[in-house]
Amino acid sequence: MLNIKNLKANVDGKEILKGLNIDVKPGEVHAIMGPNGSGKSTLSNVLAGRDKYEATAGTITFGGKDLLALEPEDRAREGIFLAFQYPVEIPGVSNLEFLKTSLECLHAYQNKPLLSAVEFLKLAREKCKLVDLHTDFLKRGVNEGFSGGEKKRNEIMQMLMLEPKLCLLDETDSGLDIDALKVVADGINTLRSPDRAFILITHYQRLLDYVQPDFVHVLSDGQIVKSGGSELALELEDKGYSWLESGTEQSANPLKV
Amino acid sequence: MSDNTVIDERINSKYEAGFITDVEMQTFDPGLNENVIRKISAKKNEPEFMLEWRLDAYRQWLEMERPAWAQVNYPEIDFDSIAYYSSPKSQEDAPKSLAEVDPELLRTYEKLGIPLHEQEALAGVAVDIVFDSVSIITTFKEKLAESGVIFCSLSEAVIEHPELIKKYLGSVVPVNDNFYAALNCAVFSDGSFVYIPKGVKCPMELSTYFRINEMNTGQFERTLIIADEGSYVSYLEGCTAPSRDENQLHGAVVELVALKGAQIKYSTVQNWYPGDENGKGGIYNFVTKRGICHDDAKVSWTQVETGSAITWKYPSVVLLGDNSVGEFYSVALTRNAQQADTGTKMIHLGRNTRSTIISKGISAGKGSNSYRGLVSISPKAEGARNFTQCDSLLIGDKCAANTFPYIVSKNPSAIVEHEATTSKVSDDQLFLCQQRGIDPEKAVSMIVNGFCKSVFKELPMEFAMEAGKLLEVSLEGSVG
Repeated sequence: MLNIKNLKANVDGKEILKGLNIDVKPGEVHAIMGPNGSGKSTLSNVLAGRDKYEATAGTITFGGKDLLALEPEDRAREGIFLAFQYPVEIPGVSNLEFLKTSLECLHAYQNKPLLSAVEFLKLAREKCKLVDLHTDFLKRGVNEGFSGGEKKRNEIMQMLMLEPKLCLLDETDSGLDIDALKVVADGINTLRSPDRAFILITHYQRLLDYVQPDFVHVLSDGQIVKSGGSELALELEDKGYSWLESGTEQSANPLKV
Repeated sequence: MSDNTVIDERINSKYEAGFITDVEMQTFDPGLNENVIRKISAKKNEPEFMLEWRLDAYRQWLEMERPAWAQVNYPEIDFDSIAYYSSPKSQEDAPKSLAEVDPELLRTYEKLGIPLHEQEALAGVAVDIVFDSVSIITTFKEKLAESGVIFCSLSEAVIEHPELIKKYLGSVVPVNDNFYAALNCAVFSDGSFVYIPKGVKCPMELSTYFRINEMNTGQFERTLIIADEGSYVSYLEGCTAPSRDENQLHGAVVELVALKGAQIKYSTVQNWYPGDENGKGGIYNFVTKRGICHDDAKVSWTQVETGSAITWKYPSVVLLGDNSVGEFYSVALTRNAQQADTGTKMIHLGRNTRSTIISKGISAGKGSNSYRGLVSISPKAEGARNFTQCDSLLIGDKCAANTFPYIVSKNPSAIVEHEATTSKVSDDQLFLCQQRGIDPEKAVSMIVNGFCKSVFKELPMEFAMEAGKLLEVSLEGSVG
């Protein structure tokens, strides 16, 4: 489904990703972990096609297409969804209007029949319930005046509505209380299916307590330095990242407070 | 790297009403003196009182100074380089019906999307068409006359209804009110006149469409609307002009008189040529609009201003009568090098008078957008109430938004509220939309429409859609 080969990428002229390789197949859940500044967010932004993130070498194919040649909106229409680390507000544009426009754009591109207003509203209400947001929120402006937790739940709500092929979650778990974290995890687990893949970018192990990944990769200084199964995440929780960076094992864990 | 590189890169312009109509015109030589004014008055076969009124205005204008307080920059206007009267030759014998109107003129309005044949016209909308200095035709006149409504060109009203003209012309905006209003009084060439009799709810929407076509001419029209006791009227004006490199002056005056218990709803969709992306050409739109409310009356202004190189206008309401209501809803968009200094004045004189001001300013490109408003509460305006909300939306990082609210309250029982916000269409918002599959232009139009929603809902239904589309066209390519 997604194949990244020897990807190098710059941000503001500085090389952040230095030859990254990942292969994601349908149905798989990959977790990408790593210390701050290792390039985790750069990876999600390069995949989504954000303007300031420039791929300088390597290839990314998604569903057989050259992803780097597509505009951000076309990547979305091909089925890539990014749940943002810091969702922005769009005042005055209701969640309902935003979702409807988005869904219409995606369905038109994918040659799917458009939903009627009634079908759409019914669907939106269902998804609201799943992420524990009151349906009144559909009438409110996109993320307008939402708490941090509500914003993240809104991202998951959008993901549930749009049913993407590949879901990228960029530190969606950071800053969440345990209830919101469970909502996010439930959303992911609801969507898990043999034809859909996930890349969970996270700093911490705790999301992975609720979402069992198939693969865990450790990103350090722009490269994947170690890959393994879900047990790797536990090991990182225990040992931190420095043993991987320096190549020597070390017990001091800066993540444990 | 700036936050809005993407936005700035894509800014360019597109103005769809910029074509020129090729008809034979009769245009005065440029220049302004008493002789020119006599010639205008003679052209219109005006009674003596009208000529005297004009000459008096001209003499006062000569003593007045160009206002310099607005947040707009433009070179000194040479008033002797402007032609003050221009009319299609075919209008010489004042056509009585559409069949007699030059087909080339009719085509102009078809191109602009304004069908004039009554059977094709928007259901329930009567139109007066002003082309350069003259009113070409007014539709549905007979139908309106059935309910006693007078809707005609101002020139016609001067001749047919001199008693109403004498009583009300200049009664709301005095001759010497300001520099451009005085100039208009001296040289105004045409415009629309509306009278709604006592207790009548005007059966149709009324509208005037203003078109400037001829080069180097100024358009100085006046509109006078009188709503007699207990009557109601909704009126809409639209404006466009060809794309030219020279600046052209549009100096209009609009007066609204709402007698006891009457209601006037006045909407404007202003789309004069805004000039090119470097600020070359475009209309200078210097307009004075004011309404007066007697007891229990209401005047409501709604404006969508997307055109003009410079907009200088403050549709105002004098709340003379007790319990009268004034409203001002405005969306003003400036992009490229457009400048707008616009707002309103709510003058509370009567008791329990209420006013609402909702202003939405949108700046893109190098546009400069200022809200300037006055809320004045006189000592006698017991229980007066005002609510003002001014929101500014910035697109890109080279534009400017200013707010100049003036509040003068001389009555301790008055309640005056003012809210203001400034926000920005950011690359983050655009990227969020794109990531959800929405292309950037649709995204900006969605964001801007969301911002303007509370004003658009005040427009007559037929035009709310138009306004949304106009905003979309105006913003086309302004973001990436």
